[in-house]
Amino acid sequence: MNRVYGDRKTILILLLPTLAIYVFLKVVPVAWSLGLSFFEGNTLRGFEFVGFDNFTTFLSDDAALQSVRVSIMFAVLATIGQVTLGYLLALLYVFVLRKGSAFVRTAVFFPMVLPTVAVALLFRSFVAVGDTQGPVNEIINAAGGESVEFMASTWGTMGTALAMTLWSSMGFYAVLLYTGLLDIPDEVIESARLDGAGGLRMVRHVIIPLSLPILLSSIIFSLNATLKVFDSLLALNNGGPGTSTAPLTLYMYRTAFEYAEYGYGSTIALVLTLLCLVFTLTVFRSSRRRVED
Amino acid sequence: MTTTQSLVESGSAARVPSRRATQPFRRRARRRLRRLPVWCAVGLLLVVVLYPLLWMILGSFKTPTEFFENPAWALPESLDFENYVTALTRGDVALNYRNSMLVTLPSVFLIIILGVAAGYALEIMIWKGRHNTLLFVLAGIMVPGQMILVPLFTMYFRAGLTDTLWPLVLTYTAMGLPLTTFLMAAYFRSMPREIFEAAAVDGSGPLRSFFLIGVPLMRNAMLTIGLIQFFSVFNDLLIALTFTTDPELATIQLGLLSLSDEYGSTQYGPLFAAISVNIVVLLVVFAFLNKKIMAGLAAGSLKG
Repeated sequence: MNRVYGDRKTILILLLPTLAIYVFLKVVPVAWSLGLSFFEGNTLRGFEFVGFDNFTTFLSDDAALQSVRVSIMFAVLATIGQVTLGYLLALLYVFVLRKGSAFVRTAVFFPMVLPTVAVALLFRSFVAVGDTQGPVNEIINAAGGESVEFMASTWGTMGTALAMTLWSSMGFYAVLLYTGLLDIPDEVIESARLDGAGGLRMVRHVIIPLSLPILLSSIIFSLNATLKVFDSLLALNNGGPGTSTAPLTLYMYRTAFEYAEYGYGSTIALVLTLLCLVFTLTVFRSSRRRVED
Repeated sequence: MTTTQSLVESGSAARVPSRRATQPFRRRARRRLRRLPVWCAVGLLLVVVLYPLLWMILGSFKTPTEFFENPAWALPESLDFENYVTALTRGDVALNYRNSMLVTLPSVFLIIILGVAAGYALEIMIWKGRHNTLLFVLAGIMVPGQMILVPLFTMYFRAGLTDTLWPLVLTYTAMGLPLTTFLMAAYFRSMPREIFEAAAVDGSGPLRSFFLIGVPLMRNAMLTIGLIQFFSVFNDLLIALTFTTDPELATIQLGLLSLSDEYGSTQYGPLFAAISVNIVVLLVVFAFLNKKIMAGLAAGSLKG
């Protein structure tokens, strides 16, 4: 048996194309990019070795630090919102709607498959002011308020970006957590109910502890996705007003491809990678400590 | 739960026989009343989710004067397809769609074919180091796209590929392969190994078993993973923005972005029409395949 499924020729034929693409278009570029972060310049101008200069520049570069703050703030707020709303929806599906939740589940999930660019443009017109005022300001006017120009302020843009992110992804997190909740055995819930746990106490002492692993995976997944936020903030307001809502990804893109600073751009990309790693490990470790307690 | 309830019900019915007819009715009514807040919440949820989509699609039928004069929630006065014509002819939406398809379909095809082959080689085939190779490929999931943009840009530039759609196809394939390979290997692992061993006993070589047993068994997995990859490639902006400079090569996401720059605050109609085309196309796909899409996206994120 091992002789048949140990055939080297077959392994090579099946695995080599994937490995070749992976190594040449992913592993090599990552190593290359790591190396570039110690250089200054671009392909046309030539490169110059500068050691750790790019990293010290980064630490004193206000625009860079600002974009780090934007990314982290967006990631933290979006993750809290996504996972909380998703969890509430999942509880609704499992314990209130039960078998009848299929339609709601599907409908709330749908925005997830829409392109972020389309969703961002939709929300921009949704909150627009002026001649083509959107429904949000119509409602504010109807309630007696002045029209608000959301895209003119940092918080307005950030709030709109968060709202659109939650709108499009809460159904996805709901389905993710829903599958986790379904795995809790009925007997456990039933016996907790017989012991007198109901409603909120049931959620707090039985359901949350039992769904902790999937909750944790969702948080890590959400942080990793939202730390890389790019399309939504770019398409919504082009990182504006000014550059006040430009995340690290957009700053990297502009540095590398608009200002042709390949070396510094690679440094920023490395910082982004490290940021994702640090966040993942932090969530991981803090959860392990809680489990050990 | 249900047994105790029916016991109580039958008990009370036996004690007060005259109210036997009214009691269950009242109880049902009361239960329905108690469910009322739930239905209100669900209704509100559906309005929040669906109204923006409906508003956008209705808006795509409005004329410019309707945009200026009527309030934002007014229905369009007539079904005016003018905006769609403008978007398709002046806004290059048709060209953008063609480019998106020319990029997305080959990328997804390559990702799935190469991924299923690699999954088979890593899970069904037995060799030293296959576990480490899988971990090596898996590490690629952790790397953000930004890490590989600059070197790839240089490579494509030197290879003279910048005026084609090849950079997009190659990059999407490279970015989709790690997760796909990992998921394919996981699906192969969940299959009874005896099938492949029986095939070997019957004299089938490993390559033959792959095509005649492995691929047909993986049809479901290939469709599910193919859908995940389809959406992530079709909806991507970063890679398309970096590697295409020529408007002739713009994908639909780039097209939408430039359409909004071009018409932006002045002409909503064509922009709404272009976005609506997106919404409707994906809605049709979603209506048919929502179970697979939901299962696939959930599996893809948790295992990744």
